[in-house]
Amino acid sequence: MKIVVLWSDALIFLLVAVIATFFWNMRKDKILTERWRQVFSSRLGMVAFVVIASYILIALLDSLHFRKALEPVEGQPADQVFYENRATSVLDVLMGDMADENERTYSAPFSLKSFEKVNMKADDGSSIRDFPPLVHAGKHLDDPADKPADIVKQTFIALIIAIVVCAFWIGPQWYFLRNSELPWKSAWIAQAVIILVFVWLIYVGNLYHVLGTDKAGNDVLYKSIKGIRTGVLLGTLATLVMLPIAVTLGVCAGYFKGWVDDIVQYLYTTLSSIPGILLIAASVLLFQVYIDLNPDFFTIGLQKADARFVGLCFILGVTSWATLCRLVRAETLKISQLEYVQAAHAFGVSNYRIIKRHILPNLTHIILITFVLDFSALVLAEAVLSYIGVGVDPAMTSWGNMINEAREELSQEPAIWWTLAGAFFFMFTLVLAANLFSDLVRDAFDPKTVDGGAKA
Amino acid sequence: MFAYIVRRLIYAIPILIGVNLLTFVLFFVVNSPEDMARSQLGEKYVTAEAIENWKKENGYDKPLFFNESNKGLSSVTETIFYTKSVRLFMLDFGQSESGRDITADVAQRMWPSLALALPTFAIGIWTNICVALLVVMFRGTALDRGAVVLFVGLMSISYLFYIIGGQYLIAKMWRLVPISGFDASIHAWKFLILPIVIGVISGIGAGARWYRTLFLEVSHQDYIRTARSKGLSEITILFKHVLPNALIPILTGVVVVIPLLFMGSLVMESFFGIPGLGSYMLDSIERQDFAVVRSMVFIGSILYIIGLILTDISYTWADPRVRLN
Repeated sequence: MKIVVLWSDALIFLLVAVIATFFWNMRKDKILTERWRQVFSSRLGMVAFVVIASYILIALLDSLHFRKALEPVEGQPADQVFYENRATSVLDVLMGDMADENERTYSAPFSLKSFEKVNMKADDGSSIRDFPPLVHAGKHLDDPADKPADIVKQTFIALIIAIVVCAFWIGPQWYFLRNSELPWKSAWIAQAVIILVFVWLIYVGNLYHVLGTDKAGNDVLYKSIKGIRTGVLLGTLATLVMLPIAVTLGVCAGYFKGWVDDIVQYLYTTLSSIPGILLIAASVLLFQVYIDLNPDFFTIGLQKADARFVGLCFILGVTSWATLCRLVRAETLKISQLEYVQAAHAFGVSNYRIIKRHILPNLTHIILITFVLDFSALVLAEAVLSYIGVGVDPAMTSWGNMINEAREELSQEPAIWWTLAGAFFFMFTLVLAANLFSDLVRDAFDPKTVDGGAKA
Repeated sequence: MFAYIVRRLIYAIPILIGVNLLTFVLFFVVNSPEDMARSQLGEKYVTAEAIENWKKENGYDKPLFFNESNKGLSSVTETIFYTKSVRLFMLDFGQSESGRDITADVAQRMWPSLALALPTFAIGIWTNICVALLVVMFRGTALDRGAVVLFVGLMSISYLFYIIGGQYLIAKMWRLVPISGFDASIHAWKFLILPIVIGVISGIGAGARWYRTLFLEVSHQDYIRTARSKGLSEITILFKHVLPNALIPILTGVVVVIPLLFMGSLVMESFFGIPGLGSYMLDSIERQDFAVVRSMVFIGSILYIIGLILTDISYTWADPRVRLN
């Protein structure tokens, strides 16, 4: 086994560290703690958070990559080890054999037979045209007719495993948090449901193709779950790139005014006047040309796809800072007129300290709201970008790529709906949870709504 | 007003120069013409000669900024920067890399784009405002809360699913309209109706939710309470008092996109086979035709700036207190 650290892996763990420190520092701030309490005091907020957290956990598990050692072939020196040409993640290990259970082509969910007829040799040697049986689905069955009974049986086993997992996972939480005022009960129910669904999906998914297979015979459920990492990482990393640019420029413009302000305003007006999608498309294409012409930088295929992915995150971040920058600039202008900032000036406090102590902490709410609002927008944007052909690498699993591959499938007869359904379900759940959560965060942190202005 | 518009147009010049420089840096400095030639011709079997030929054919065989071999003015004009970037200011877009005249293509493809984008936009806004007003009428009730949840749900669905689902249901299952295609004559309506309907429906979630917050904000004002205590009907209050007072934020978001409607929608047009500017852009992105992408970036920025000016002008119309000077 050889550990592989992709660029996006390193960045996502860096991001997690940044967010953790951010929250650790925020813990001392009474007002912010109170506002978070408000977010989590609603049951909806708890449930939405649990859903988002599960997605992030899966994304993190899928970001720990390693390359398996190959079985030594004959004549190979004992001290020499070769590694597989692809990277496996911890999540792949947890999901069992799903990654390798490839069929020949399409097959319907829970089906035991392929979707397309082929010419086969019958036992007596004559040639017949029929649906060939699948290689991996239901191979533990003696008789295909047992399938419905077997699914119920396996569901039952999965249920028992899930309950055991739930007991170990939720039990300690219950013990420590039972006297809390927050609606933890909703969080536990949400966790239990998620554990149940995932244990069932993985357990039964190893025996059947729960969501069928796609054109190349890959398990759709496996692809949908692998798409989580792409979605979550894109949604967070692009914002991570965008935040420092937007905040630095916005604060400088609003605080120093004068020519700095002019330049920053000029920059963001220019940038926002370029149609976003074209700018992204052009940048991605140019980056792709660069990758294509420098193939030596990457040892395995995944690294190439990953380079494009990180490039995409950077491009999305660098092209989208204008909106936040405008907000930060306006807010900084407002704050720097306040008396305590004027007083700090009069005492001769340095600019750096004024920005650090008085201005940045008062921008927290804008940054937070942008972070959560942009998340769902980016996940949705990924699908459209992949459709246009400037999204993540086609070799990388993502919901956008799945939709893109599947868009002709509905028009087949009979319609192939499961690839779309898989991408839709996992994407919709994440975006819905993120949207609901961002609404609550905005309600709690936005001064406009906190003061009761727009709130009904 | 006239002086204001002229001044704004003059302000637009540095921005357009910025856009131009940025695209120039992106397309010619980050990636040299050699790189582009190599990726256009395919990586295998590329000889230095083939690259030179490609560059000559497409006019990339000149120095970037300064041509030393020429004298006088042509030492500046015979450069890539002049022929490919500065000429955009004269709306001379030159030829695409497949040899077609970009200006003619744009002029021809603009109309199908507009035929799709304009109705989608107008009907969309009208629908969103009506739905939002309806919801505001029932504010504080279960209907309001249900509607908000529905809006959030609707806006959590990817645009692509609306298109794929709508096409499947309406065109394939119910066979009400053709699946895709276009007709230059008046019969185009039957091709356009489905994308318009899908465009409107996919926008309801985000749009109606946004207008709802705007209207709610206004409906907490004192003059609304006064209007209500005078005994005005709820409908009159909504249309006579709430809507006009919420116009400024509505216009801010809406007017700026009107000129951009010319650009069409990338995804919609390619799904429904409408030969507009959106599918033109998509094709050129797929073919890596940078000449077209560059021109479209420039056209897009001009339209955006026009949109900003229109927004300011619309403020004076919506709110008599606003004066442009």
